[in-house]
Amino acid sequence: MIRYIRRAAAFCLLLLVALLANAARIQLFEADELDDNPANRRNTIVRYDQPRGNILVGDRAVTGNKETGEQLSFERTYLHGPLYAPVTGYASQTYGTTLIENAEDGVLSGTDSLLAPLPFWDEFTRGRQPGGNVVTTVKESMQRAAYAGLSGRRGAVAALEPSTGRILALVSTPSYDPERLSGTGSAVTDAWTRLNAAKSLPMLNRAIRQTYPPGSTFKIVTAAAALDARVVKDAEAPTDTPSPYVLPGTRTTLPNEATGCEQASLADAIRVSCNTVMAHLGVEVGLEGMVEAAGRFGFNETGLRIPSGVARSNFDTDMSDDQLALSSIGQFNTTATPLQMAMVAAAVANHGDLRVPYLVDRVTTADGDTVQQQGPRSYERAMSPSTAVQLQRMMVDVVENGTGSNAAIDGVKVGGKTGTAQHGIDNSGLPYAWFISWAQAPDSGRPAVAVAVVVEDASADRADISGGGSAAPIARAVMEAALEG
Amino acid sequence: MTATTADAPPPELRLPRRRGVELSLLIGAVLISVYGYAAVGLAHDGAVPPDVAGYGAGLGMLALLAHVAVRFRAPYADPLLLPIAVLLNGLGLVLIYRLDLETPRDQAAPTQLIWSTLGVALFAVVVVLLRDHRVLQRYAYLSVATALVLMIVPIFFPAVNGAKIWIRVGGLSFQPGEFAKILLAVFFAAYLAANRNALAYTGRTFWKLQLPTGRVLGPIVAIWLISVGVLVLERDLGTSLLFFGLFVIMLYVATGRTGWIAVGLLLAAVGAFVVGSFEPHVHGRVQDWLDPFASIDAGRGPGQLAQSLFAFAAGGMLGTGLGAGHSILIGFATKSDFILATAGEELGLSGLTAIFLLYALLVARGYRAGLALRDPFGRLLAIGLASILALQVFVIAGGVMGLIPLTGMAMPFLAQGGSSVVTNWIIVALLIRLSDVSRRPHPEQVETGVIASATSTPEEDR
Repeated sequence: MIRYIRRAAAFCLLLLVALLANAARIQLFEADELDDNPANRRNTIVRYDQPRGNILVGDRAVTGNKETGEQLSFERTYLHGPLYAPVTGYASQTYGTTLIENAEDGVLSGTDSLLAPLPFWDEFTRGRQPGGNVVTTVKESMQRAAYAGLSGRRGAVAALEPSTGRILALVSTPSYDPERLSGTGSAVTDAWTRLNAAKSLPMLNRAIRQTYPPGSTFKIVTAAAALDARVVKDAEAPTDTPSPYVLPGTRTTLPNEATGCEQASLADAIRVSCNTVMAHLGVEVGLEGMVEAAGRFGFNETGLRIPSGVARSNFDTDMSDDQLALSSIGQFNTTATPLQMAMVAAAVANHGDLRVPYLVDRVTTADGDTVQQQGPRSYERAMSPSTAVQLQRMMVDVVENGTGSNAAIDGVKVGGKTGTAQHGIDNSGLPYAWFISWAQAPDSGRPAVAVAVVVEDASADRADISGGGSAAPIARAVMEAALEG
Repeated sequence: MTATTADAPPPELRLPRRRGVELSLLIGAVLISVYGYAAVGLAHDGAVPPDVAGYGAGLGMLALLAHVAVRFRAPYADPLLLPIAVLLNGLGLVLIYRLDLETPRDQAAPTQLIWSTLGVALFAVVVVLLRDHRVLQRYAYLSVATALVLMIVPIFFPAVNGAKIWIRVGGLSFQPGEFAKILLAVFFAAYLAANRNALAYTGRTFWKLQLPTGRVLGPIVAIWLISVGVLVLERDLGTSLLFFGLFVIMLYVATGRTGWIAVGLLLAAVGAFVVGSFEPHVHGRVQDWLDPFASIDAGRGPGQLAQSLFAFAAGGMLGTGLGAGHSILIGFATKSDFILATAGEELGLSGLTAIFLLYALLVARGYRAGLALRDPFGRLLAIGLASILALQVFVIAGGVMGLIPLTGMAMPFLAQGGSSVVTNWIIVALLIRLSDVSRRPHPEQVETGVIASATSTPEEDR
């Protein structure tokens, strides 16, 4: 019997070995795959097990957390959600994250190695740090001024500090309250469905994710190209622009909204916004020169991140001369984000030295210790300093004597450029009203702010739409807020 | 203590009793459990649970009670059996207490502690009253009759979680099949001890396999029918597998005939295939085992087996630590059938291996007692009881880890379930008695072969 008992014991040993081998299979070899199975809630639970770090504007948090008492313990809340939605984005337990909530998710959720006291600390302890904070460059008074100025109309505002690239305001309206998307359940899915179905596209961040034909505001880029390429040697000298101007290779004449454009100088053409002169100059500079010049301002750049990705602003690289003429006045396939046009204004204001725009000033631990600080970085020299000085003078002239008079601020040097962009089939769509500008306080050596404003549905009455009428007052309000300190 | 000095010293061979070893191991087992209890509180609330001293004292008292019973009435018993049982029971209480924190409205640990107390009390009663295991041989047929009744009764009660293995009276639920295990092991041991020669040496030889004669085949077919009957009527694959496996192992040990094994496996395979294909409940379990993630792909979220696998995977090598896992996501029978998933997630592969090795040691000690015993009944009973533990651990651990189709069954000592804990304590008590007899210095001469031959009746069989 003893022999059979031993064999039975060997059988039990076999069962033990099978169990251990199977345990090793699941817990070691297949563990990663099982951990990452989308149906496995563990990653989600751990993620929402602690309060998420906050996003700060100035020294005030514009986000918060509330305890849910449910399986996912903490849920995102927003102070002034619609106002800051284009900055923060949303952090939803159902739909993931966007914008800063997405780009800085590692910091906010506490997994970023920046927050760990020692390298590989979290990997070793299998824990995570309390969520860190993200301090933005946004200035509350400017954000509010822009939001109030747009007053719910479809449009966007982007404002920069020209000398650093700090984004001071980033507004897109109509907006939405990201808190509606924070949790789970039918209220959240209903809100999501409704927001996505809305014709006004409230969840679209128009300031960085929507491109518009920039219209006449693009003439600043064309002027910079013409001056830098020495196509125009004297901004006050008449250009040999015929009137009417026939687009090269076609029989189409290009209309002017303004009068007195025949043989007008570059300065006059900017002040009253002559299409003919600028289209002509664009063709004179040539396709290669225009593409290069636009590229120096940031056009055709796909990798710009603030840290959220910015949509590519377009200037076509392969065109016929008539298309180049139209592109040079911000039409045809030329498109730009509001942020891109703010960069154009900032480049002029900062003497041609364009800075990389950024929205996150610094990252801190939950205790407030700074672990990462963002500083100004040069993007590219957009134009020579002398060209910039000439363009500054022209843009000031626009505000003082031209189409941008609505942006004037007493005792402050303000430069601007209006734009009214046609779009749609046969230009049937309601034109976009543009205004780009910068302002410099008299006692300061540096420009305080550069702004770009776009209003999509400025008015139902086509005749009333103009950059100077709809967009310039918003820009002025934002600039005033910037100058107040 | 006094018990050691009261015995007259054996003339030559004086086997060490090792009660001191048992006591120190018991202290270790209680301390580990108390440490686990404190660790749960620290991880969950950041503080040691306020009643940790009471818990430690309670478990310590139980251990001491069992130890005293063993020291006085089974002084030569294997010193590992009791500490392993206490440690597993203590760990089980820790795991259930840990899961109670997730379900404030369903507190299972206090109940389990009461059942454990009852289990230890019955352990003491068995150790004290049953001075010689051969008494049980006399009650073989009474045992099997009782076992059948216990197994049949639940059929008339409503099914719980798809299996008809429960009796509910008032608020108490009760799994009579658990007790039937011991009774069947007693019956098998007695029947096989009496008939093993007839079974082993008669019958026809058919292509290297010696097949049994029809006359002795009867009881085996009966057992097979009972197993299948349990499977079909109670929809309890696990118990059926356990009974049948137990019988095959004991039959093999008693006769050494591989032919029996072949016949047994064939019958089991046929039965399992037929039932697995046609009985919807069992069929579902088999489907789940073949593809645990099918419900995810179908958009219905993870099923219980998938959740169980997620829990084990989350544990990895070292585990998340007690109180830091999310095995509650399994949602169904977390404290009972799936208790091992909590151990796997929070203690990791290392802790799980330790638990498996504890069970292996328990089984090995049972087998060791079986090897050392002289009487066939005692041998077969020891092997049977140890095999119950081994098979039960394999069936449920393999089930929750996706090795074999999942069947509802309690992890011995760990899982929530009063009937199970009490039964397991009785099994350990019987193993203690058997090992005590096997290691006693002057084994009495025993007769073998007849069920009613256990004449050396102990005095206090009451």
